[in-house]
Amino acid sequence: MSDIMTAKDLNLWYDKTQALKNVNIRIPENSITAFIGPSGCGKSTFLKTLNRMNDLIPTVKITGEVCYNGQNIYDGSVDVNELRREIGMVFQKPNPFPMSIYDNIAYGPRTHGIKSKVKLDEIVEQSLRDAAIWDEVKDRLKKNALGMSGGQQQRLCIARALAVKPKILLMDEPTSALDPISTSRIEELAIELKKNYTIVVVTHNMQQAVRISDNTAFFLLGELIEYGETEKLFSQPLDKRTEDYITGRFG
Amino acid sequence: MKKNKMIERAIHGVFLILGLLTVGCVLLITIYLVISGIPAITKIGLFDFLFGTKWASTADTPSYGILPFILTSVYGTAGAILIGVPIGFFTAVYLSKLADPKVKAFMEGAVSLLAGIPSVVYGLVGMLVLVPAVREIFDIPDGASLFSAIIVLAIMILPSIIKVSMTAIEAVPKEYEDASLALGATPVETYFRVSVPAAKSGIAAAVVLGVGRAIGEAMAVMMVSGNVPNMPSLFQSVRFLTTAVASEMSYSSGLQQQALFSIALVLFLFIMLINATLNFFLKKEKD
Amino acid sequence: MLSKKRKAYIGTMKTVMYISTGLTAMLVIFLVAYVFIKGIPHISWELLSTKPSYISGKTGILPDILNTLYIVIATLVFVIPLGVGAAIYLTEYAKNKRLVSVIEYAAETLSGIPSIIYGLVGMLFFCQFLGFKTSLLAGSLTLVIMNLPTVMRTTQESLKTVPQSYRDGAFGLGAGKWRVIRTVVLPGCVNGVITGCILSIGRILGESAALLFTAGFAHALNGFFEGLTSPGASLTVALYVYAKEQGEFGVAFAIAAILMILTLLINFSATLVSRYFAKKREL
Repeated sequence: MSDIMTAKDLNLWYDKTQALKNVNIRIPENSITAFIGPSGCGKSTFLKTLNRMNDLIPTVKITGEVCYNGQNIYDGSVDVNELRREIGMVFQKPNPFPMSIYDNIAYGPRTHGIKSKVKLDEIVEQSLRDAAIWDEVKDRLKKNALGMSGGQQQRLCIARALAVKPKILLMDEPTSALDPISTSRIEELAIELKKNYTIVVVTHNMQQAVRISDNTAFFLLGELIEYGETEKLFSQPLDKRTEDYITGRFG
Repeated sequence: MKKNKMIERAIHGVFLILGLLTVGCVLLITIYLVISGIPAITKIGLFDFLFGTKWASTADTPSYGILPFILTSVYGTAGAILIGVPIGFFTAVYLSKLADPKVKAFMEGAVSLLAGIPSVVYGLVGMLVLVPAVREIFDIPDGASLFSAIIVLAIMILPSIIKVSMTAIEAVPKEYEDASLALGATPVETYFRVSVPAAKSGIAAAVVLGVGRAIGEAMAVMMVSGNVPNMPSLFQSVRFLTTAVASEMSYSSGLQQQALFSIALVLFLFIMLINATLNFFLKKEKD
Repeated sequence: MLSKKRKAYIGTMKTVMYISTGLTAMLVIFLVAYVFIKGIPHISWELLSTKPSYISGKTGILPDILNTLYIVIATLVFVIPLGVGAAIYLTEYAKNKRLVSVIEYAAETLSGIPSIIYGLVGMLFFCQFLGFKTSLLAGSLTLVIMNLPTVMRTTQESLKTVPQSYRDGAFGLGAGKWRVIRTVVLPGCVNGVITGCILSIGRILGESAALLFTAGFAHALNGFFEGLTSPGASLTVALYVYAKEQGEFGVAFAIAAILMILTLLINFSATLVSRYFAKKREL
């Protein structure tokens, strides 16, 4: 498997506090990579550097490189909007727009210039099918998305992200606000999606990392402590700190 | 791709201009008032202008002293505050702490109405009810006086005093009050000894806002104060800074008109001072 | 048991509060009742539908009603885009905190400036410098500056209630800033814009000092565009002229009653609107 994303000597500051220190990582294509670590360790911050969502915070300063298909995404010539189309994001709290289910899914394609009703209908259906929610919502596509349950909203947000045909899907603790049943549906969905997409997921829940990911990265205080195959990292951690964390000694 | 970036930039520029509009307006007003207000002051002399006690703009040998207007505005505002603030303050405490929800809802509506009534309507009612009443009660030849103006102004500042004080008192954390009640203080004691002191910056802001409203009011005052440029005295006809501008503007010219602009400049300086004070208290309230 | 002194304190405070609140309530009731009793009998169809005529000696306030309407429309047409745009700049674009506080300070300053000063500067700038003469347009533009802070503030407040997660979601899909604003931010500030409109209409209807020297006193009957370029009295200015300069108190009170009804309507609709949007937000 080839690496679709790599970070090289990545440092990030909020104002004067350094939140990421010299992070180096390679993320393979068509796999699930999990970022674990205690709160405030920088895992979410790092995830957001991968599609430049940190640009929205004015005080952030970044050094180093993040390459997507060999191209540094912090290069001046990169179109951020196009980048975010290819590297989609699902947020911690489900955040559907206050519009109909249909308009939510169609928002991305419309943003990128698709106007044909036929084409949009097709994309909406396909995305909802891919996110395994089509059967639940096909009869109420014109209803407001805010009327759905939390778990449905999150799958809707995944469908919304898929609608722009991304290559990579970044998920920031996508199940932390959901009940166990909704959580397991999202996990199944993630495993299903890895056939066609590369998934990077930040999670608080170590069992989740074990259940779904191929590789796991452990972050602590802004540093990438250990990175490797999930099975290996959880059974024979190389670093003492990783061991302490996964055996529940802190965090 | 490049085109998109250009469009985004252009839109950003448009919004920047709109954002700076308020600053532009303040500058425009300041510059106009300074430019048009300075000439008369230099011709008349700053001291004679500010401290001259005689205003006779249409006399053969005109004299342009605006001390009567300044003092009238100051006394009028002080009087309005003296009457309006206590009434507004106690109403605010009652409404935010003691009043039955229905009474509160009704009174909030009433206070909003009071705030929305046009000043000419206050002037009209003042002219026909208050002015004759003052003449009768105090047995003076003309009821159109500083006193009538003070009453009208006191009523007009009531809504701002009540609303702003209520907001400040209601923002006091309930924990403070609970602590006082747990120590055996009664509710009323708690409201006046804990809640009110905790809200004092907000209440101070309410008072300053009232000062600004009172000193800037023109039309209502014009209709009840008699509009004669006397040195202020409670039961005599007087003229305020605002009404001095309003009453002669339509037929003035030359130095007389320039002097009116200078009066406006003086009024503007008063207002800027009040604004700065208001901001000081509002910032304190926020912290 | 409470000591005598404490009881006396509580009793005094309560009495003072009752008296103050009672006074305020009576004042409002008296004002409304007095204006209605004096004014409503003078409101007739003839008064509302004609213009004043020296020949018949009759007074009609139709021109004043129309002038007021024209001023309201013209002011809103300008002030809404300007105020909403300024609010969008502050909440969505501005990154420099200093600049934001300068703009907000300027807005606060504007809302503290007395209307007589607006009238004066409006006369100098719009009527004389820009050559609009004494006209409804000059009056409206003066009122635009006066109401700019109001529209800006109410819009800004409602923009702040649009969840950041909506913006993140849209940016995450690759939408550009302007598209994010147009599609997910602006729909969220409709309530602020409507509230701003209602408050502004209230202020415009009640304004007189700023219009005296900018819009003038005329009572001619005009169409909208003709009206904008000619001088004309608003209802408030007409009230002032009838009461103070012509001693026609019947007409003045009729206008006062009309203004009072409009004020009541505006307050009522402001409450309705805020209740409607509060309910909608809960859903």
